[in-house]
Amino acid sequence: MIIPWGETRLVQGNEAVALGAIAAGIDFFAGYPITPSTEIAEILARYLPLLDKKWIQMEDEIASISALIGARLAGSKSMTATSGPGFSLMQEGLGYACMTEVPLVLVNVMRGGPSTGLPTQAAQGDVMQARWGTHGDHPVIALAPCNVKECFELTIRAFNLSEQFRTPVILLPDEVIGHMRERIQFPREDELYVESMPVPDVPVEWYQHYHETATNVSPMASFGSGYRYHVTGLTHDVLGFPTRKESEVNAKMNRLKHKITRQLDQLEDVRMHDVEDSSVVIFAYGSVYRSALAAQAILKKKRKKVGVFRPVTLWPFPDRTVKENLDEKDVVIVPELNQGQIIHEVERMTRDSVRVIPLHRVDGYEITPEEIVNAVMEVL
Amino acid sequence: MAATIPYEYKYLRSKKRFPHVWCPGCGIGIVMGSIVRSVDAMQWELDDIVMVSGIGCTSRMPVYVDFNTLHTTHGRSLAFGTGVKMANPDLNVMAVMGDGDSLAIGGNHIIHAARRNIDITAIIVNNNNYGMTGGQFSPTTPESAKTSTTPYGMIEPGFDVCKLMDGAGASFVARGTVYHVTELDNLIQKAFRKKGFSVVEVLAPCPTNFGRANRQGGPVEMMQLLKDNTINTSQLKAMKSIPEDKVVRGIFVDRDSVSYGERYRNLCEKAKKTAEGKA
Repeated sequence: MIIPWGETRLVQGNEAVALGAIAAGIDFFAGYPITPSTEIAEILARYLPLLDKKWIQMEDEIASISALIGARLAGSKSMTATSGPGFSLMQEGLGYACMTEVPLVLVNVMRGGPSTGLPTQAAQGDVMQARWGTHGDHPVIALAPCNVKECFELTIRAFNLSEQFRTPVILLPDEVIGHMRERIQFPREDELYVESMPVPDVPVEWYQHYHETATNVSPMASFGSGYRYHVTGLTHDVLGFPTRKESEVNAKMNRLKHKITRQLDQLEDVRMHDVEDSSVVIFAYGSVYRSALAAQAILKKKRKKVGVFRPVTLWPFPDRTVKENLDEKDVVIVPELNQGQIIHEVERMTRDSVRVIPLHRVDGYEITPEEIVNAVMEVL
Repeated sequence: MAATIPYEYKYLRSKKRFPHVWCPGCGIGIVMGSIVRSVDAMQWELDDIVMVSGIGCTSRMPVYVDFNTLHTTHGRSLAFGTGVKMANPDLNVMAVMGDGDSLAIGGNHIIHAARRNIDITAIIVNNNNYGMTGGQFSPTTPESAKTSTTPYGMIEPGFDVCKLMDGAGASFVARGTVYHVTELDNLIQKAFRKKGFSVVEVLAPCPTNFGRANRQGGPVEMMQLLKDNTINTSQLKAMKSIPEDKVVRGIFVDRDSVSYGERYRNLCEKAKKTAEGKA
């Protein structure tokens, strides 16, 4: 028994990601060693052969994500794990997977950047790269866990969403979350929900690899299943063959966009604490959310009321919920482990009368609750 | 062959995808013909074949054949193919690549595919330049040759693909040309039959770019060059040494070594036994 179903254990964040992947039914892992994500590859190297699942260390990150796409087309649920520099290399394959609508899970345990940066320290510098890192317009789903339990749960959700939306899903823990150990209660096995993409049941000659459907997501056949089709990163028609016809290009690009934008309710996941009746709100995600909650508790003792707003799903950004809840506030403080990334989204969704105040830290250390308290005290 | 379905109906997406993109006099179509005949000889089911490619003229081939086809990013066909083969070892995976695709941007992937000995057949169509982008130099452009990015002549030495693959550990390494088609069919079939990583380098003309830049004439003259400038290994036996101006065709490596897939299956068994022992 690899996953201690129903039991309580002391687990590391990266370990919880690896176990979550096994729970979600991972069939194939390909990766390249990089701090601070390496434990995920190491743990899966130990467990996957025991389950007759595939594991391979490729020659680089580009090869890793390429292998994932090949494996998923051949019917295997796939995941890789990396960090900043490797994430940069994976952008090529990520774009290919978006374009060809191949589900996969990419875990990017964020470390300090740019370039080699701070390999062993935390950052949230890849949030915009997760959204816009690969070239061209493309759909993106990204989730940011804030504790070890969520590393397990959101890895499963990442697999499920990738299958449901037939697109890559990026998990964005930061180094603190990946390396911390917490006591977590695993769910019972019967509480587990695993989504798998529907397979086509039409006659072979009717199969369209990118069939038009109400959800803009169509069933995907695997190589070797009897449905033969073409896959290309070139803009393609419903069968998968390259096209430059305006109507077909527009149809493809719109479908890629709409499969996300028309199902936002399935993707949005926000946590709000006292947001409604506070005029000052802290907007935080990932490990910084923990400091935000701690700051809120300290301020409560001082009889100062602040709200905390946390997006769990970072991309697509919860536009409407942010607007509905933060547009009337006096101040929104956005602490981030970068020089200002998600803050621009908050500014975009709030009117000019809302003061959106940044709180940055890029030296590899966490933003402390005290720093947030001080920022709040300055405006209260 | 007795009255069977003609190859073009059985193996090609003949109604949907033609005419093809290749220039008049290009050698890639001949390689595709050779692959199709070899697949027929292997009696593989179409459903069980995966053709992977990268980017470039050769990499457009998957559009035309009625297999499971995967046209990937530049240089990565073997990395994608590795995923396909590992996920479903029953599939027959082949990668078709040009010289730039396989040896420049894909150089790292091909040496590791060979070292790993993954059970994939790589067919490298070597036309000495990047055709699709207009004839820039590649890692196999001969010294002093002119291309659009070597207007004063190529100053870098080129790769010997077969020596490179031998050194990297491929199970089967051969070279043919699009002039010697029967020989090529034979080499590709042998490569298909081989367990582990097999490579066939196919010398092919690019009259539109390389031929024009180097005043090698049209398609016919360039075919003549392939005939005149190469000798096969059996011809070589009668000679004392390889003539300097000749390129050798034939099989250079044919060794039995355990493929990656088999090693991985063994690993799983070993891991399970070890785990049982502990329990």
